[in-house]
Amino acid sequence: MEKFLLKNIENPDSADINEYVKAGGYKNLSKVLESGPKEVVEEVKKSGLRGRGGAGFPTAMKWSFAMADPKFPKYLMCNADEGEPGTFKDRPILEKNPHLLIEGMVISGYALGSEYGYIYLRGEYPEANDILNAAIRQAYEKNYLGDNINGKGVRFHLSVHQGAGAYICGEETALIESIEGKKGQPRNKPPFPVNVGAWSMPTIVNNVETLSNLPYIIEIGGEAYSRIGSSECPGPKLFSVSGHVERPGVYELPMGISLKDIIYNHAGGIKDNAKLKAVIPGGISTPVLPPDSIDCAMDFVSMPKAGSMLGSGAVIVMDDSVCMVRVAYRALKFFEHESCGKCVPCREGTDWLRKVLERIEYGKGTEGDIELLSDIAEIMSGKTFCPLGDGAAGVVTAMIKHFRDEFEEHIKNRKCSLADSY
Amino acid sequence: MFNETVLKEIEEIKAKYPERRSALLPSLYIAQREFGWLSHEAMECVSKALNVPEAMVRGTASFYSMYKHKPVGRHVIQLCTNISCMILGAEKLVDFIGTRYEVQPGGTSPDNRFSLVIMECIGACGTAPAMLVNTDFHENLSEKRIEEILDKYK
Repeated sequence: MEKFLLKNIENPDSADINEYVKAGGYKNLSKVLESGPKEVVEEVKKSGLRGRGGAGFPTAMKWSFAMADPKFPKYLMCNADEGEPGTFKDRPILEKNPHLLIEGMVISGYALGSEYGYIYLRGEYPEANDILNAAIRQAYEKNYLGDNINGKGVRFHLSVHQGAGAYICGEETALIESIEGKKGQPRNKPPFPVNVGAWSMPTIVNNVETLSNLPYIIEIGGEAYSRIGSSECPGPKLFSVSGHVERPGVYELPMGISLKDIIYNHAGGIKDNAKLKAVIPGGISTPVLPPDSIDCAMDFVSMPKAGSMLGSGAVIVMDDSVCMVRVAYRALKFFEHESCGKCVPCREGTDWLRKVLERIEYGKGTEGDIELLSDIAEIMSGKTFCPLGDGAAGVVTAMIKHFRDEFEEHIKNRKCSLADSY
Repeated sequence: MFNETVLKEIEEIKAKYPERRSALLPSLYIAQREFGWLSHEAMECVSKALNVPEAMVRGTASFYSMYKHKPVGRHVIQLCTNISCMILGAEKLVDFIGTRYEVQPGGTSPDNRFSLVIMECIGACGTAPAMLVNTDFHENLSEKRIEEILDKYK
């Protein structure tokens, strides 16, 4: 497949505006400034684009809610808080192709009637911060940002807002709290950000990859775009592949490609011909899959049927040297650390799950601990403020479902048989 | 108090947002740069520069893990041990750094050269295990690589 999101990134100067323009960049922006904002919305609607941050919400629908709200100004936030462990797909866009994102944001702002955009960038990407700021400066100089874009009287201002190491700020209402200078704790919904978002104004939060698809949709047209990959969630998708594979990395492939194909064809198969044990398909908050379930289509609609979720498309491959109890324990340590503390089921549940998993892993588990884990997970499910707690519960439930033997073995033998690997 | 140059920098940041409190996270980074860590005095300066109550400044600062609430060494090692890094040996690297450079997670070496922070995913999973030293990414780590890299940070 021809690359669009990762086009030209082998060019060492790909982040420079001149190189971007030379490769056809910003021409889609010029095109929409001729045709008008309504046409952009129409093309996005036809394209069937779904948000690439993890939830897969139809972008045109999110946009339409914000556009229907009569309040101005409207704010466009780019969610570049790529924190889901296993995910590193937005990093090549941010570091190697920043003008694609900027062009996508200006096009989106124009369509939405938004004149102010912010890129909420995770604090752990200091290089991307420098690169984005330099790219924004260049875009202002060349009149692709500012008060009179391309001499058409269109206004869009853009700046980077650096986060400071809180996973939860990837949740859109927490992101908004954070940009307002507060603790990143999710808000109660409704009202939704599209009506009452940043500084109480309609706010559209879209992922880096989502916004970077805009120039492509304009270039080939919504209808052609809708024919790429899965019919229900079309388009190209970035997959981050890590763990025990021969060729880890970010791959741009059509949405709906088989997980097996990604691992064995594109990422070169299991490292050193080892035996595959498990795959986490969409970042660590998505349920783990055993080897016999990986022949599934990677898109937002098919993955739930296969027992997991597409999430951010972060594929973590594990061979049989990996202890699944250890993985579950490490995942819960993460969720406990990142729980914002606002709601009880998540704050207490992640802590409790971590404690039980820790004692099982270290040979101190007792009979009934597996049932206890399942109970806690069930109590948490659907009762937390935001998806963080739900994700944590789902991780534990799936681990027990597919690897119960290993949990039982730890409890019976009072030790982890793979402990030396860590 | 912050000097004139820093205050001007903060004023410019304030101008990017409709409300001054939005400049809090960036201003905390500036305070950390100026003071080395977020001391009581550093947060007081932020509070005054933004006209945001000190309690709110402290409350916000305490929420985010990249703000430093105690003095740190000359170089900060931020090593990831999340799953993609863990399954490729990151936890053994924590032990190695601990022994070789006398620095434990959350602590600083006695010679004040390194502080060690355990990170929750730094987005370098495809080149795991990985770490940031100050603001530089170092990937595909092994004990040998870590030695070669860290020996350059004096």
